[in-house]
Amino acid sequence: MRLKTRIAGKSYEFRDLRDLFARANEDKSGDSLLGIGARSVSERIAARIVLSEITLGEIRSNPLIEDEVTRVIDDQINESVFNEIKGWTVGYLREWLLDHGTTPEMARRVSRGLNSEMVAATAKLMTAMDLVYGARKLRVWATCATCVGLPGTLSYRIQPNHPADDVAGVLASIREGFSYASGDACIGINPVEDNADNTKMLLNASWDFMQKWKIPTQNVVLSHVTTQMEAVRQGAPACMLFQSVAGTQSTNEAFGVSEKILDEAYELITKYGMAKGPNLMYFETGQGSEQSLELNEGIDMMTLEARTYGFAKKFSPFMVNNVSGFIGPETLYDGRQIIRASLEDHFMGKLTGLPMGMAPCYTNHTKIEQDDQEMATMLLALAGSNYYMGVPLGDDVMLAYQDTSYHDDATLRELLDLKPAPEFFRWAVGMGILDENGRLTERAGDASIFI
Amino acid sequence: MIAEADVKKVIEQVLLELENASDKPAGVTSDGYLPDITEVDLRSQIFVPNPVNRGALETLKKTTPARLGVWRAGPRYKTETLLRFRADHAAAMDAVFNEMPEDGLLKRMNLKVIQTLCTDKDNYLTRPDLGRKFSDEAKAEIKGIVGSGASVLIYISDGLSTTAVETCAEDTYKAILQGLDRSGIKTAPPFFVKYGRVPAQDEVGDVTGADVVVTLIGERPGLVTAESMSSYMAYKPTVGMPEARRTVVSNIHKGGTPPVEAGAYIADIIKLMLENKASGLDLKL
Repeated sequence: MRLKTRIAGKSYEFRDLRDLFARANEDKSGDSLLGIGARSVSERIAARIVLSEITLGEIRSNPLIEDEVTRVIDDQINESVFNEIKGWTVGYLREWLLDHGTTPEMARRVSRGLNSEMVAATAKLMTAMDLVYGARKLRVWATCATCVGLPGTLSYRIQPNHPADDVAGVLASIREGFSYASGDACIGINPVEDNADNTKMLLNASWDFMQKWKIPTQNVVLSHVTTQMEAVRQGAPACMLFQSVAGTQSTNEAFGVSEKILDEAYELITKYGMAKGPNLMYFETGQGSEQSLELNEGIDMMTLEARTYGFAKKFSPFMVNNVSGFIGPETLYDGRQIIRASLEDHFMGKLTGLPMGMAPCYTNHTKIEQDDQEMATMLLALAGSNYYMGVPLGDDVMLAYQDTSYHDDATLRELLDLKPAPEFFRWAVGMGILDENGRLTERAGDASIFI
Repeated sequence: MIAEADVKKVIEQVLLELENASDKPAGVTSDGYLPDITEVDLRSQIFVPNPVNRGALETLKKTTPARLGVWRAGPRYKTETLLRFRADHAAAMDAVFNEMPEDGLLKRMNLKVIQTLCTDKDNYLTRPDLGRKFSDEAKAEIKGIVGSGASVLIYISDGLSTTAVETCAEDTYKAILQGLDRSGIKTAPPFFVKYGRVPAQDEVGDVTGADVVVTLIGERPGLVTAESMSSYMAYKPTVGMPEARRTVVSNIHKGGTPPVEAGAYIADIIKLMLENKASGLDLKL
């Protein structure tokens, strides 16, 4: 493995793949905090030059870390495909993916021979437009109660959080969301109180609302997965189970999850869930979650995020949602870093083969403005993000951060001529909320139509 | 030939526009300012022009602080909705990024300012590890202020909202003292920690040996309020202790738990901590 190069007469040498992977990244405050990011612009490019010549076989033979996440990812590799491509360099893989001759089916097949470090390495060589163009080819859809992610569609999760888990308040935001034709990905409620009774109450409320108005979508409450499992065992109606996951075993342990727990969760929701499946899990991820717990093991945030996707894939999720902007400036400093991270994450998720959706979002202690967030959202829609969040005016009154809004949802569909998921689209037309072209009607935006 | 229903619709529309026109804040305040849009109670504001059920919509609005019934311009926000959102975000950002004014709380309470290892606001926001540590000089200063044998030590820190501590810390502090005074519990003199993270209280605990350390600190602002403060408390906090040893009272502001009420509650918790020699998960409240 060749780990050194010269540019403009200056020599650059990298200790190992872990060092090389970190130095090749775009500037991010989380990598700088650890002192593992590039020390100069030239060093960053030198790292990319070296990385472009590394083969996929070399990456697999030199794991950055060995833990449960590494094993779960490695076990999923299709050996026949890997044998065909192990001599490819990272630079070649980038070109092959972008090539006009590479069909989505071909790309999907090759992705089964990749591990997460190969996925991350490819994205590290890419520019913003590469990441958008590359991801657009990699459509991935999945089915829980309904199918989300089909070409020509764009879906949304209604996120109707309430600072006191007040059911009437949650339902008020749900009504408003459906009146904008948001909610075809799911109704997903983040509870304040993480206990089975509360989870049950919110699952019941959302499920009953779906039944009353015959809405083809799915419901989920985002408490800890073991809390949801307890609620489901007690008879709560859930279409899928949620959990935050990460790219190291140690972080997953801090989150209170493991491969074993998630296997049990999948088994339980297959047996007792309300949806036909086969995709019954919802994961949230984000660059920097390992770092915020100081469990990054010296690996850069972007590579760990790719590993998170590799781990998540084992459980055939219905949704994987990236919330990289949620943590704060110690991981992603400003709007520019958040836009870059979002484009990387979406591409890496899709190349991993995940039904990837995005939550380009921001906290109020980060140097990011509404414009940055909207730019990220538009670029990701161009890249083919499966879905976004739908938050009333983008202001989450429980989690105290800003995300995409019901209005953004409708606007993006209109801008890119996209429709909701098919069954939901027919329902929304039937309710008189959308016209046949998928545009909001005069009735849309009035929550009181659901009284 | 125009149908009667259409005529009726046109008239309704004209009436509505007239009504809107007269409602518009063409009115200015008596001293010549445009009205303050952040003073409008969002829960009573409905922009949906012809709701199917206005009464129901009003009821829905009362159940949540979420911004509902805002209507739209095409698929986008109405101008007033957009500007109110931006004004609230501006207040949140200012709360984070502004420094403490020297002639405010610091002067009123005569607080000595002790800085963590963070060099400036930017450094503070990107290096959480430095916001929990002090230089040897700063530690000596803390020791000097507190003296020895302090049982209860309360200090104030900017955290992520200077606005929050500026508006809530003094009343909370005074209410805590009142509550403790009744039980004859004495506290060490307060000080101010600039660029502080919550775990800075662990170093303060190690330096002073206080039984209970209380930190009144600004919370990361949301759009609903930039004034929310928390009180983090621990019995004999020490560097490296588990987070589970901290007790927290959060959401202290005039729209949440009012400062005076919070202060009384915090005083009760402090007494419990002293009696049980425990805090966090080890202390049943």
